[in-house]
Amino acid sequence: MELLYGHPKSLKPIQTKYCPGCGHGVIHRLIAEVIDELGVQERSIITNPVGCSIWADLYFDFDSVQPAHGRTPAAATGIKRVKPDHLVICYQGDGDLAAIGTAEIIHAANRGEKFTTIFVNNAIYGMTGGQMAPTTLIGQKATTAPYGRDALEAGMGYPIQVCELLATLGGTKYLARGSVNNAANVRKTKQYIKKAFEAQLRGEGFTMVEILSPCPTNWGMQPCEGQEWLEANMIPFYKLGEVKNTLAAGAGAEGGSK
Amino acid sequence: MTEKTFIAGFGGQGVISLGQLWVYCGMKEGKKVTFFPFYGAEKRGGIARASVIVSDHEIASPLVTSPDSAVVMNMDSLPLCEEVLKQGGTLFVNSSLVKVESKRTDARVIKVPCNELAEEIGDVKIANMVMMGALSKATGAVALDKLEVVLKSFFPENKHKFIPMNLKAISAGMAAVK
Amino acid sequence: MAEEMRLMKGNEAIAEAAIRAGCTAYFGYPITPQNELTAYMAKHMLDHQRTFIQAESEVSAINMVYGAAAAGARTMTSSSSPGVSLKQEGISYCCGADLPCVIVNVARSGPGLGGISPGQADYFQSTRGGGHGDYFHLVLAPKSVQEAADLTHEAFDLADQWRMPVMILADGLIGQMMEGVVLPENRELSSLPKKAWAAGGQADTHRPINHVSSINLVPAELEASVIERFKRYDRIKAQEVRYEEVNVDKAELILVGYGTSARVSLGALEMAKKLGIEVGLFRPISLWPFPEKRVAELAAMGKKFLAVEMSMGQMVEDVKLAANGKADVHFYGRCGGMIPTEEEVLAEIRRLLKK
Repeated sequence: MELLYGHPKSLKPIQTKYCPGCGHGVIHRLIAEVIDELGVQERSIITNPVGCSIWADLYFDFDSVQPAHGRTPAAATGIKRVKPDHLVICYQGDGDLAAIGTAEIIHAANRGEKFTTIFVNNAIYGMTGGQMAPTTLIGQKATTAPYGRDALEAGMGYPIQVCELLATLGGTKYLARGSVNNAANVRKTKQYIKKAFEAQLRGEGFTMVEILSPCPTNWGMQPCEGQEWLEANMIPFYKLGEVKNTLAAGAGAEGGSK
Repeated sequence: MTEKTFIAGFGGQGVISLGQLWVYCGMKEGKKVTFFPFYGAEKRGGIARASVIVSDHEIASPLVTSPDSAVVMNMDSLPLCEEVLKQGGTLFVNSSLVKVESKRTDARVIKVPCNELAEEIGDVKIANMVMMGALSKATGAVALDKLEVVLKSFFPENKHKFIPMNLKAISAGMAAVK
Repeated sequence: MAEEMRLMKGNEAIAEAAIRAGCTAYFGYPITPQNELTAYMAKHMLDHQRTFIQAESEVSAINMVYGAAAAGARTMTSSSSPGVSLKQEGISYCCGADLPCVIVNVARSGPGLGGISPGQADYFQSTRGGGHGDYFHLVLAPKSVQEAADLTHEAFDLADQWRMPVMILADGLIGQMMEGVVLPENRELSSLPKKAWAAGGQADTHRPINHVSSINLVPAELEASVIERFKRYDRIKAQEVRYEEVNVDKAELILVGYGTSARVSLGALEMAKKLGIEVGLFRPISLWPFPEKRVAELAAMGKKFLAVEMSMGQMVEDVKLAANGKADVHFYGRCGGMIPTEEEVLAEIRRLLKK
């Protein structure tokens, strides 16, 4: 009998602590499904960052390492260099990657470290309670931007498009941006993750999938409104698709560099 | 026997390599040795200096504050060496570049025309080796016998062709000490 | 056959000893006066097909160490004072996650950027748990190039045995100085201890999954784990105290110094002896755990102490704590990259003893 639907082996069958409408749970599942499909559960290691996804090690059914805030790519570098035959997943939020750990991500990417970063962009700080993130949109409110993000007048700067930023670096081989706001985007995001993991296992270089993910709690919305807000506000600024694909082999439907 | 030596000259005169080779030869002769370079921002362009100790016993402080001997490779280093040399110590002076008499009347002053002797042998760069020969002869701290074998283990293979010239320079330095 | 004696810089001897101890992953960032160590690793780790990365910062370097240690490697980073300050966050995480690694501090003078000349002003930072939280780690202070090599080699074993970072606290003089050294044995990588707790390699044994982490948000649980770690500290205090004594029996006054200042103190001791003045030398080799019991014994015997340091007085506080009011504890120090001379220490001895 063919199994058409089931709970991924690499994900524990327990309920997560994530808020209603949060994207982390879906993203965890996508990672777990791809790991199962690749058959690498027992040689996968995830670095779970400081932020809401610090709980990732409760849910993933494979080894994990929990580094300091922002140092996730440095720790993932150490792990992957020591265990080159393992699938190393560097899971990062927008604060971890694009604020406190900017130096670490840029240099890990530039060295072409052969792990895959899963960058969860929800345009807000979740765990600490809705502060402005480096990816917070212009005008978007946060507890530390109560009148909305004001780039120039209040000197809050601009939202950072991380895929585009990293695309200039020689070490980056595959950079894609997906979203988990609807079923079609979820399916596409899974393809990006699979492509990145396969490239990692071939040892091609730095791979990253940025995933737009709702945080209705800190956006002050109902879960359904959150999906709509993401679609209407984040996707126009953070364009979906493969931002860079210079993989030598196995490049899929969307093909080369865009 | 413990011989503490302070070596000074301008960058490029081989002060550091003189100090290193001196203690290397000492070590190969079974002595305890330390070599401490003056490191820092000034090391290029300024005065290069090294402190070396060769002893029959365990060496306590590796710092050379009151040296038994001081090597003056150029004019600028003279006041520095005169200041630190211990009472009655030996001052080795590169007389090719230092044309004045030392103020330290208590010191035994050994003048060695290192640059001239080195040039006669073939290369002014080995002036430091001339000085090492003099240092050996006058202090006796490092005998520098079996030198050829020692130099072969000190220099990498591709530098071995320079060993005969170095040996000549060291001999010339020894001969220059009356 | 015994190894031949080589003439090496302290920095290079530390690097070679680490390679021989089975260090397979080194991460560093350039800083004077330890640059020869990083350069030596750059060449020789790659020659041995091991991992060398010049990191983008000291912060990244220690976190690469964190990752490599979590994955079970023998791993090391090295730096000098300002760089070691940057590593403190990562050291706290290593201690919180019980990760073995070796951290070398070829200390210079501070505070701030300070100078590049030798210093011993990082004693507090090194021995008191320099980052946040309740923790300690082993700190070993070599006095010579030989001891720098030997202690570095052993540090990897101690780190694995006690599952904690081990710091080698040297200074610019130990790092830059050349001396004769007989290098420690080369460890076969296959002979190194297996780490069942490390991340990765699950496929080999099908063991339950491993998490390497320092987080615990349940206060009662976190307290219990910290208390458990402190029981391990007690065992370390009982087993890993190291020190050297010279002439303490005859002496009325005992010099206390580590690393370079112990060498200077030994010189002063020898000069004093020629003048007919008997002084002793007590040299802590393990700065944490500090040899407090032995200092207490010497204090109870009525000895006086003179702590000699390249700082404004840091280790002297441990001497005072150990002596616990039962002995006079004096201090002589230089700072800013100045190294006390034998003559200065002798003068202080004579002043104190009125001889």
